[in-house]
Amino acid sequence: MAVSSSMRLRAEGAVARRQWLSRASRYLFLGATLCGLAVLALLMFITLREGLERLDWDFLVNYPSRFPEQAGIRPALLGTIWVVGVTMILAVPIAVGTAIWIEEFAPRNGFLSFVKLNLSNLAGVPSIIYGILGLAVFVRFYSLGPVILAGSLTLALMIIPMTVIASQEAIRQVPPSQRDGALALGATRWQAVRHNVLPSAMPGIMTGIILALSRAAGETAAIIMIGGFTFLQFSPSFLTPVQSLTDAFTILPIQIYGWTIDPREAFRQNAAAAIIVLMVGVMVLNIFAAVIRERFRPS
Amino acid sequence: MNLASDSRTLADGALDKRTFGRPTETAIMGLLLLCAAVSLITTAVIILVLVRETITFFEVVPLQDFFLETEWQPLFEPVSFGIWELVAGTLNTTFWALLFAVPLGLATAIYLSEYAHNRTRKLVKPVLEALAGVPTVVYAYFALTFITQDVLQPLLGKENVPIFNAMAASIMLAVMILPTIASISEDAMSNVPRDLREAAYGLGATRLEVATRVVVPAALSGIIAAILLAIARVVGETMIVAIAAGSTPNLTLNPFEGVQTMTGFMLQVGLGDAARGTVDYQALFAVGSMLFVITFAINVGAYWFVRRYREEYE
Repeated sequence: MAVSSSMRLRAEGAVARRQWLSRASRYLFLGATLCGLAVLALLMFITLREGLERLDWDFLVNYPSRFPEQAGIRPALLGTIWVVGVTMILAVPIAVGTAIWIEEFAPRNGFLSFVKLNLSNLAGVPSIIYGILGLAVFVRFYSLGPVILAGSLTLALMIIPMTVIASQEAIRQVPPSQRDGALALGATRWQAVRHNVLPSAMPGIMTGIILALSRAAGETAAIIMIGGFTFLQFSPSFLTPVQSLTDAFTILPIQIYGWTIDPREAFRQNAAAAIIVLMVGVMVLNIFAAVIRERFRPS
Repeated sequence: MNLASDSRTLADGALDKRTFGRPTETAIMGLLLLCAAVSLITTAVIILVLVRETITFFEVVPLQDFFLETEWQPLFEPVSFGIWELVAGTLNTTFWALLFAVPLGLATAIYLSEYAHNRTRKLVKPVLEALAGVPTVVYAYFALTFITQDVLQPLLGKENVPIFNAMAASIMLAVMILPTIASISEDAMSNVPRDLREAAYGLGATRLEVATRVVVPAALSGIIAAILLAIARVVGETMIVAIAAGSTPNLTLNPFEGVQTMTGFMLQVGLGDAARGTVDYQALFAVGSMLFVITFAINVGAYWFVRRYREEYE
């Protein structure tokens, strides 16, 4: 049938309006998306503008000072590395162990559902509650005082739930045939987990761990609660690690907090410079996690 | 329950025999069980600590003062412990933050799931997820130095916007939870099967109609869970409100006043290094209990909602 030239495939009336609305909505939704991204770009720009000129080698290696132009972040930077490192050592085995138990060994019963519900709840508990837990238990009850070990124990408890959940996800992604194959060949359950399941789940688990550590590195409230709001004139030593565990400490987020609430403009600038350092650290961790995830993505 | 766990249950007997008499296997099982016990113990200790100190608090401050007084003034005479001013501070910042974040977050999720090219989505989503990792003290810095001093005060006048105000905190709280809402909602929308969309297109629906009348309703349980999780994060967030919203307890929902939230008070006590056994120290735990109960209820709500109302498409 020939289509006459006067016939148009253009909608009219109500249909035209619906189509117009639909086309317009694309820009509305795009605008909303860009709005969020624009705020972030703006924040990044402001921080760089404020802080970049303050950022030099001296800023990284100097101790805090009354004079803003001489102040540096040495104790805070080293303290962050220490606390996050010890947190990792404490949290990772427990979190991965929990995930393995839940996915591979736990009997499927009410107790397991309770454990899972409990984990998802703990992951939603505000960090400041972990802070007062650390204050009451590690700092006061065990009389550790506001030291690196107390901070790391507190942060470890905080990141275990999210690390467990990420690790569970990773273990669940491993095809059952891998495990079943090993079992069929006579492996015990643990051998199957150790040699077949864990290696395949490792990239996912690593990603979860790195993201949790970047969360720990940025945590402020919990550490303030255990008494970490101090300006120190010394930094923990790597030469005597066991002693350093019981040293007082401060961390980058707290240094940023201290400089932010200082009304003097020059200290605000220091805060911006410290934010750049912290953000670079956190972003490097995040990118590292993304790279691992992409690299080992099952094709 | 999936096939893997079923086959595992069937094979349990045989595998137990294989494990029997191998001390390493038994030891490892025990160790793993211990690991799993850690999170149970954590919950138990959190509840124990909160309950114990809260009870001592209520021995000093009568229960009705806590819930019926309207003044929160624990640090100077005459002391008064009416929790509602702190709850109002939390409600204030949470309400305004959600007002900004929910529409923007959902619009972003709809755009990424229904309108954007696959390539765009693959680019934007990781950026959004990275944002969720920005330390909140950084947002707090922006709220105080940028939003209040460079945007709100010049825009609305210094006399209308005090240096510490709920609005600046709410805006940064909104930025903080935007990725959470957008990312989780987008996951829920992407999981809606193609068939539903194509059926709607086949009936002549436009893209907007498919998005708002088919995809959003089908993904609603995930969207609501995302919003609930975001609320729990806002209620529990400390640094942004402590730095930007001030430390004046204030029974108001006006965003252009200084307020103190529950978390803000807790941080204030933490900074002051309250001595153990003082009423401040116990007030910290009483407010902590309140916060814990609220976030717990929201989290359980989200968990329950997803299980109860999830639409299963096969």
